Amino acid sequence: MKRCLLIILFLIGCAQPPQIQEPSGFIQVKGSDTLVNAAQKLAEEFMKEYPYIFVAVTGGGSGVGIASLINKTTDIATASRRIKNKEKEIAKKWNVTPYEIIIGFDGVAVIVNKKNPIKKLTIKQLHDIYTGKIKNWNQLGEYNSSIVALSREVSSGTHIYFKERVVQLDNKKSKEEFSPNVLLLSSNQAIVEEVASNPQAIGYVGMGYLSSRVKALAIKDEGDYFLPIPQNVIEKKYPLSRPLFMYTDGEPTGIVKIFIDFVLSEKGQKQIEEVGFVPLRSRDVFQTPEN
Amino acid sequence: MFSKLQKIKESILEFFIRGSGILIILFVVLIFLFLLKDSLFFFKSYPLKDFFTQKKWLPISEPPSFGIIPLLLGSIYVTFFAIIICVPLGMGCAMFIAEVAPSFLRNILKSFVEILAAIPSVVLGFIGIVWLGPLVKKIFSIPTGMCGFTGSLLLAFMALPTIISISEDALRSVPYTYKEAAFGLGATKWQTLWRVILPAASSGIIAAIMLGIGRVIGETMVVMMVTGNSPIIPSSILEPLRTLTATIASEMGETVRGGLHYFALFSVGLILFIITFIINFLADLFLHRSKK
Repeated sequence: MKRCLLIILFLIGCAQPPQIQEPSGFIQVKGSDTLVNAAQKLAEEFMKEYPYIFVAVTGGGSGVGIASLINKTTDIATASRRIKNKEKEIAKKWNVTPYEIIIGFDGVAVIVNKKNPIKKLTIKQLHDIYTGKIKNWNQLGEYNSSIVALSREVSSGTHIYFKERVVQLDNKKSKEEFSPNVLLLSSNQAIVEEVASNPQAIGYVGMGYLSSRVKALAIKDEGDYFLPIPQNVIEKKYPLSRPLFMYTDGEPTGIVKIFIDFVLSEKGQKQIEEVGFVPLRSRDVFQTPEN
Repeated sequence: MFSKLQKIKESILEFFIRGSGILIILFVVLIFLFLLKDSLFFFKSYPLKDFFTQKKWLPISEPPSFGIIPLLLGSIYVTFFAIIICVPLGMGCAMFIAEVAPSFLRNILKSFVEILAAIPSVVLGFIGIVWLGPLVKKIFSIPTGMCGFTGSLLLAFMALPTIISISEDALRSVPYTYKEAAFGLGATKWQTLWRVILPAASSGIIAAIMLGIGRVIGETMVVMMVTGNSPIIPSSILEPLRTLTATIASEMGETVRGGLHYFALFSVGLILFIITFIINFLADLFLHRSKK
C-alpha cells in the first residue's frame, strides 16, 4: 500500500512541472470534408510548435461540424459554407453562440474525366446537368454518352453551396432540387475516384482535391470562362469562389485562441496554400485597391 | 457448513446468469422503446401517411419531404439480389463441406469461410469502389458502376459465411440413420444428399437464409460506399439507389438533436428494426422446428 502511494506520488511529481510551464490541453476540430486535409496539416504544424496541445481533426461534412458545435462535442467546427439562420436559431436554443472566422478561400472545381473532350461550361449548363435537363454529353459537344452527375451528401457544405449557387441559381425563393438521379457520394475523394475512372462522370470538389488525374473545367457566369486556379479566385473572377470558415462557441479563448491565431498567422496561411486553397492575405492585397 | 457455502455460491451465480439473460431482453425492449419514442415525436409534426406515400426523400429542403418509399425499395432491391446470388453459392458450399469434402479439405474450407466473415466491410467497400464498380460498368455497359448490383455482389459475399456455417450445421445434424437407410435402399450418394438429407435439414437451411437476409439488410458501410446513394425509386438493379442504412449513416452526423430531420432518421431506424426483428423471428421459428 505504502509503496503504491509512493509510486503515485512519484508519478504526479513527474507529470506536474511541464503542465505548469506550457499551454496544454486537447482541441477537437470537426467538420468540412473539403477542409479536412488542410485542418490536419495545420494541426500537425501547430503541434510541432506547441507540443503540449493535442489537436484532433475529423471530417464528416460542414453540417456535421456545425451540429457538433451546437451539441458541444467539438471545440472548433470547420465549414465550407456560412452557418444557416436555422442553425443559428437552434444554436441559440442550446446556448451556443457561433463565432465566425474566415480562414481562406476556395473555388469549387467542376471536374470530368480526362477522356471527356469538354473543356468549359456555363453556370446555366451546369444547372441543367444537375437538375436533369441535360442528360447526354452530346447536348454540349460531340461526345456521345449519357451523363453521370456526382454530388456530395447533404451533410456537405459544398453540397449546400452548390445547391444554392448552381441548382437554385442564387435565387432564395427557388424550389429547385438536385435531380434524384444525381449520385450522392460521401467525400471529395470518392468523387475524384469515380471521375478518374469513369469518362461519363462529372463532379464538383474543393480546389484542394484537384490533381492531374482529373480535368477541371473553365466556368462562365456573366463574364468570360475562368479556370479554378488561385489567381482567378483571388481576383473573384471564378464564378464558384467561396470563403472557408471556422466556427467556435463564442469568441475563442485559451488554447483554442492560440490555435486560431496560428491558423491566421503567416505560417498557418502557408499550410492552407500548400494544400491547394487560397490564403487570406492574397485576397486582402487584391481587395485594398478595389475598396 | 461446506454445502451451505456451496449453495450460497451457486445461488449467487444463478442470480447473475439469470440477470444477464433478463438484461439482454431488457436492452432489446429499451432500444425499441427509444426508437418508438423518437419516431412518435416525428409523426407528431410529419403525417404518417406522407412518410409512407411520398416518393421523395429531401431532408434539407424547405419544406422537407421525408418519403421512405425510395429508401425502402432500395434496401429491398439490394437485399433481394444479394440473396439470389449468395443462396445457391452458399448452399453448394455447405453441401460440399458437410457431405462431400474429405476431412482435410473440410477443415481448410471452414477456416477460409471464417476468414471471409472477418473481412471488415469497409475493406470490401474499397474493393467495390476501385475494382468491382468499374468491372460491373464495363460488363453491363452502364453509365456508372456505382449501382445496386455492385452492392448486391459485395453483400452476397458478406452473407456467405452466415449462410454456409448455419446450413452446414443443419446438414450435419441430420441423423446418420437417415443416410444409412437411404444407402440401404440402394440410393446413390447424390440421391441421398438431394432427396433425403436436404429435405430433412430444410428448416435449418431456411433459418440460415433468413439470418443471411438479416445480415444483408442491416449492412451499412458497403452499400454507402458503392451504391451511389441516389434517392430514386429504382427501376432496375443496375441503377444507383439509396438504402435505409446508408441514409441513417450519412445523414445522422449532420442533424441537430431535437430537429425534425433527427427524428425522421429515428423513424427510418424503427422501420429497419421492425424488418430485422421480423426476419430474425422467422429464422428462430424455423430453427426451433428443425430442432424438434
